[in-house]
Amino acid sequence: MAAQYIIDAGPAVADGAAGAARLAAEDVTVGYGGRTVIDGLDVKIPPGVITTIIGPNGCGKSTLLRTLTRLLKPTAGTVVLDGEDIGRLKTRTVAKKLGLLPQAPVAPDGLTVADLVARGRHPHQSWLRQWSSDDADVVEKALAMTGVADLADRPVDSLSGGQRQRVWISMTLAQGTDLLLLDEPTTYLDLAHAIDVLDLVDDLHESGRTVVMVLHDLNLATRYSDNLVVMRDGAILAQGHPRDVITAELLEEAFGLRARVVDDPVGDRPLIVPIGRTHVRLD
Amino acid sequence: MSGTRARVSGPDVNGSSADGAGVSGSDVSGTGVNGTGVKPSVTPGVRFGGVSFVWRPYVVLVTLLLAVATFLVFCLSISIGDFPIGLSRVMATIVGRGEQVDEFVIMDLRMPRAMAGLVVGVALGVSGALTQSIARNPLASPDILGITGGASAVAVCLVTVSGGAAAAVVSSVGLSAAALAGGLGTGLLVYFMAWRRGIDGFRLILIGISVSAVMEAITTWLLVTADVRDVARAQAWLVGSLDNRSWDEVWVALWCSLALLVVVMAVAFQFKPLHLGDDVAAGLGVRYSRVRAVLLLCAVLLAAVAVSAAGPVPFVALVAPQVAMRLARCPTPPLAASGLVGALLLIGADLTARTALPITLPVGVVTAAIGGPFLVYLLVRANLR
Repeated sequence: MAAQYIIDAGPAVADGAAGAARLAAEDVTVGYGGRTVIDGLDVKIPPGVITTIIGPNGCGKSTLLRTLTRLLKPTAGTVVLDGEDIGRLKTRTVAKKLGLLPQAPVAPDGLTVADLVARGRHPHQSWLRQWSSDDADVVEKALAMTGVADLADRPVDSLSGGQRQRVWISMTLAQGTDLLLLDEPTTYLDLAHAIDVLDLVDDLHESGRTVVMVLHDLNLATRYSDNLVVMRDGAILAQGHPRDVITAELLEEAFGLRARVVDDPVGDRPLIVPIGRTHVRLD
Repeated sequence: MSGTRARVSGPDVNGSSADGAGVSGSDVSGTGVNGTGVKPSVTPGVRFGGVSFVWRPYVVLVTLLLAVATFLVFCLSISIGDFPIGLSRVMATIVGRGEQVDEFVIMDLRMPRAMAGLVVGVALGVSGALTQSIARNPLASPDILGITGGASAVAVCLVTVSGGAAAAVVSSVGLSAAALAGGLGTGLLVYFMAWRRGIDGFRLILIGISVSAVMEAITTWLLVTADVRDVARAQAWLVGSLDNRSWDEVWVALWCSLALLVVVMAVAFQFKPLHLGDDVAAGLGVRYSRVRAVLLLCAVLLAAVAVSAAGPVPFVALVAPQVAMRLARCPTPPLAASGLVGALLLIGADLTARTALPITLPVGVVTAAIGGPFLVYLLVRANLR
């Protein structure tokens, strides 16, 4: 394990990471059937920032996210949410604290945007109280905040990929949690729509929410997160601010990728330029 | 907020991003300006004291109209026969203000048939709506999931193997019980075979089709090898029919169905998020595997009760939820409307079978003949839009 890369999240993350982690995995082991994917992993999610999990295909990043959201039950170790073992909490109690957007969710054909976002209120409802005026207010705000208010009456399946993803994020917002976990929110989106969705995620962070997501695109992950968790083979290789974590050596070690890390001409984060085989002039 | 991060403020990529409107729990001092300034049309709700529900006038209207139509066809089914009785006299007798002359014909002779149609139709409709929702696939119906096939195989086995000797035991009540056991057993078998750390819609359907095929093979084999007289009786049952129902059978089916519908009603609230997939449902705080197991068991039992009461009436459970969905313009099968469409279809088909055709046909022939084309019509109309 490359321990030298592990950087304490405290000082590296500037805004408000001093508080205790609201969500943490403690010595978790997770697997499917007999196969162990993650073995004895520890991670703390700093509050109030965007944490992005990156790593090569099959390294266990989605598995980690699913474990943090109690979709997968660890075979050993615990996931702690606000000081309590998430496995011992009622799933409804968890749903009031932690919003979750799985990878590429599908809505039934013909379901309207307003109705889908309204489903986000489910954890706050009961058999007798299925729709209160509070619910309507929150759904209205969630629609407005994600910029899909004018699509409210449209069926979700008639929207473009980017709009659809905004609608799903809107549903997670309607859940009213300040902890959001997004599994590859930019899957199947072109770059412009990916940026659009990540700007929205950044808006959510700016409004005080803690966001954890899995991203494939390293440069987008670098630009949009304050805390990177780099994984390989089910273990954490490095964690910390992108400026401290992203180096050519780390990319080589984690991904087996030869790349040069340069100053981003438009941003204040490092920019990863992969070195492929063709059209390269290395001088 | 974040000192380390440079944020560019300017027009957004797609011009639709809005900034900072707080949503419950973590509010911020944002301007809360929505990009377009449109007030979103959120579905309104109704409230009585602490009770509140989503208010969808169109769905309520369609459901009420279906209920009225079902009641009318129910009365019509009683009114028409060898000795016609006027509709008003039928309704008067049903509410207990009829004349004694009509009472015997209506309550003792014709009511059990109409009532069986109502109960079986509702049970099949709701069962179909549940299985289609659980599998997230319109093909999933009790017919496909092996319930009907299993019930048929066991019932035919009872008729043919026991032979004429046990004819008394194999009275209709014994046959119903056998069919119920067969349907339930096969349904559970399919469920447990499809179970692999959760239920996957496609796996459920594939295993259901396989098990159905085996059950059909057994049924055919039994029919080929059996005594000719038994075959005739078995085949009459196999088509599905409402003939010669007794009050005893109808009461059993009615109370079983009502009990199951109460369970379905109680769990239905937890059921809505399941349409969005397991992960989303879990994220919304639903213990989906438990909710789904309870509802699938209810669906299997409802279908088994229906088959035991009327034989394997084809197509109702497949078509009713699809028709109800399109009539009520819902994205997922609405439970109440599906049940009503099922009843309407079954009683209507029985009425047609008895009156409109020169020879009296079993109801199963007509449900397939009416239901199939209607579903095709709905699909074609949807494609043309």
